Amino acid sequence: MRPLILTALAALTLLSGCADAPVRQDGITINDPYEAQNRRVHAFNKGLDAHVIGPVAGLARGKDDPDAASAPVDPDAPIGLLQMVINAGRNLSLPVKSVNGLLQGRPGNAGQNLSRFAINSTLGLGGVFDPAMDNFGISERDTDFGETLAVWGVPEGPYLELPVLGPSTRRDAAGQVVDLLIDPLYHLLHGQDRAVAFGLRVASKAGDRARFGDTVDGILQGSADSYAQTRLIWLMNRRHDLGEERADYDPYDDADVIDPYAD
Amino acid sequence: MLGLLACSGLGTVLPFHPALALDANGARALIDRSLGEVYQVINSGQAPAVMYQQFEAIFARYADVDVIARSALGPAARQTDPATFAAYKQAFQEYIGRKYGKRFHEFVGSRIEVTGARQLKSFYAVTSVAYLNGRAPMEVEWHVSDRSGKDLYFNIIIEGVNMLASERAEMAAMLSRRRGDVAALAADLQQAG
Repeated sequence: MRPLILTALAALTLLSGCADAPVRQDGITINDPYEAQNRRVHAFNKGLDAHVIGPVAGLARGKDDPDAASAPVDPDAPIGLLQMVINAGRNLSLPVKSVNGLLQGRPGNAGQNLSRFAINSTLGLGGVFDPAMDNFGISERDTDFGETLAVWGVPEGPYLELPVLGPSTRRDAAGQVVDLLIDPLYHLLHGQDRAVAFGLRVASKAGDRARFGDTVDGILQGSADSYAQTRLIWLMNRRHDLGEERADYDPYDDADVIDPYAD
Repeated sequence: MLGLLACSGLGTVLPFHPALALDANGARALIDRSLGEVYQVINSGQAPAVMYQQFEAIFARYADVDVIARSALGPAARQTDPATFAAYKQAFQEYIGRKYGKRFHEFVGSRIEVTGARQLKSFYAVTSVAYLNGRAPMEVEWHVSDRSGKDLYFNIIIEGVNMLASERAEMAAMLSRRRGDVAALAADLQQAG
């Protein structure tokens, strides 16, 4: 596995060669020199979503039940199986998030994630329930090695759409690989346990897709150019999470749109 | 002292100057009112099609639809004749009502708290937090301006995702499908969202 990862990292670094100039539009920078290749991957991902992931996700959340979508959700109602799987998988992501918190020089965040992991793994029955939030008010501090690289000053790099994994950048793709290597669970667990933990993480991601499926479907199937729309939305959201770009576009000052001499 | 006199003098010779220029409190109040009306519709339990129309009416009342539609259309907006633009703007307004209205069920049982307002360039950014069922709280920012002559919002940014930029990309893609024909885009918009 490791030689494979190293090859991937080396390939990602080599990709930096022939880059077109980034385009700036509405105050948002789009750096996509591999657009043609990315669009091919997008078409593959979209097909995968329409034929495999979407239908399975629909089954998981009971899409055929018209009442389920519009019925008010009772916050005290027992959580469903889907939410349990999402919780358990997400709980297993906390150790590596803790490590990243430390690498970013944010020990508070690292401690918060570690406390959550300790409480939910025990009182929360292996992370199925969330007493850390419900009883102690400790929320998750979502992070990854891509963010660590950003904190260290590594530039974002070109936009990439990865097969199955979806939107990313060169920095985040490298981060995803490193996250696997520095995950404490990867080193502590062996054999079957490691496989189970990995399976739960994947199932949790798939569960998120099921829960927020309408939003994803809306973009993928409802957009005139779903590639451009996905890229734009993903980049804006990612930069917001990393605190890297702010939206302060003022259309009233945009002479392309508004005639400044109009009365 | 002279300056003060001059100012008060100016005040009396310009009686039709808008009584209240937009400030942080005004921007905040606008978003509070708009959200109040949106939640009334969400909690009314009416048929979705009726709700979409009401969302559209609220959008038309509190947002600067003209500048949003213009900005979404991009440079083509300046080359379009007024009648074609008006048809596009109307179709765009309905499209927004449907597109964002369709997600109302995510907001059933939720609440949005307005947390503050601050000046940003020539406009005000009103910050709020949306608490949706089973989701981490989301940051929602509203950009409010009085440059249309009225206090209206012209952009919504949800967790960094900017509605204006997103719709601009969407309109650009739809327009290029129609080789730049804005009238055809307006017709397509009636089926979209």
